[in-house]
Amino acid sequence: MTDAAIKEALFKLLRRIAPEADLDELAPNANLREALDIDSFDFLNFLIAIHENLKIEIPESDYDQVATLGGIIRYLAQRLS
Amino acid sequence: MPSLGADMQEGTLIEWSVKCGDPVKRGDIIGVIRTEKADIEVEVWEDGVIDQLLAKPGDTLPVGALLAVIRGAGKPAEKLPISEEKTLAKAERIKVSPLARRTAQELGVDLAQVHGTGPQGAITQDDVEKAAHAPAPAAVKPAAFEGMRHAIAAAMARSNREIPHYYLETRIDMDRALKFLASQNEKRPVQERLLNVVVLIKAVAMALREIPELNAYWLEDRLEAKESIHIGFAISLRQGGLVVPAIHDADKKNLNELMEAVRDLITRARAGRLRGSEITDGTVTITNLGDLGVETVHGVIYPPQVALIGFGRIVESPWAENGMLGIRPVLTATLAGDHRATDGHRGAQFLTALNRLLQEPAKL
Repeated sequence: MTDAAIKEALFKLLRRIAPEADLDELAPNANLREALDIDSFDFLNFLIAIHENLKIEIPESDYDQVATLGGIIRYLAQRLS
Repeated sequence: MPSLGADMQEGTLIEWSVKCGDPVKRGDIIGVIRTEKADIEVEVWEDGVIDQLLAKPGDTLPVGALLAVIRGAGKPAEKLPISEEKTLAKAERIKVSPLARRTAQELGVDLAQVHGTGPQGAITQDDVEKAAHAPAPAAVKPAAFEGMRHAIAAAMARSNREIPHYYLETRIDMDRALKFLASQNEKRPVQERLLNVVVLIKAVAMALREIPELNAYWLEDRLEAKESIHIGFAISLRQGGLVVPAIHDADKKNLNELMEAVRDLITRARAGRLRGSEITDGTVTITNLGDLGVETVHGVIYPPQVALIGFGRIVESPWAENGMLGIRPVLTATLAGDHRATDGHRGAQFLTALNRLLQEPAKL
């Protein structure tokens, strides 16, 4: 799966959680939760959706690696390869 | 029309989920009403059969107006007094399919602002989705948001006017609680992980058992202690505003049950599917603004409750203990108390109990 395909898959999931957000404006190093106003409940739902759609389970100990858009794309690319 | 808060004046019937002749039992949902704060499911309080549905979807009625008649099992139908029929106000009805209505609730779309393209101008799901993705004029707020803001304004103004608040705060070392949660979540699939707030809710509920005066209502100049601990949990909505549904009997639920309750309430609150009893039953309120980076919360009590507990962000801070200085995850917990009901001494005892309980998370 390419980085672009991962990004598109993530945007599809994020649109369900933050439908009003302009995801094209999201900077790669921006903190996802702060930029999209996502609380801990929504973030957990985002991780559940990733698991259901991409079959990747992200442990709590890896949360700091998936805090930004760029970070989560790199993390998933590595796990999917 | 049930009263879903001291400041509620009227509500609008959105839909019935039953028809005449349907049997119902206590706790069943028979319809949805829209209040200024949210769409709320209407429960029935006795077993019987739906005899008459007096209000029609779209009708706006004052609190106390008759919506329907439920005939007790085996009893004959009754003729409604004419005066009751006259209380039913007429209101313009929006034609909308059930699927479109549900989609609108999920996407936070105000149906009054949507142009219907279906038969006889009915709003279709396609209309709702187009409206959801259309850019909103910056200066215009959705009507539902304005109504919620008005309801919050009324409740908070009343609280500030009537309740002599006192505030206490304490800093709590969350090291043990977070390590306990991490060890729990490490063993669980992502769908079953626990959020930090679940531990806080349980600890508050257990501390209230020790200081029951804070789990009470102030009504007619006297304290009315509540036996059950129903924790109102403030939930912010993406379109703005907040609702505070209750987690019933929070002290009797284990952490898994509380997580399920939190998940269920947040999901339904954001879809506009809360039940009337959840809105009115809270005996104390928790507001957790830690997700937003706030360190300390000084809340406003929701009358007739007499206490509100606020939680801020957990921050790594220097922490001295037994002559040793270290770095710990520290949470600031705040109690807003009604000084007519309790004094600072009891409030301090509550925060002390809360701190103690959070140092033994495995016992929660």
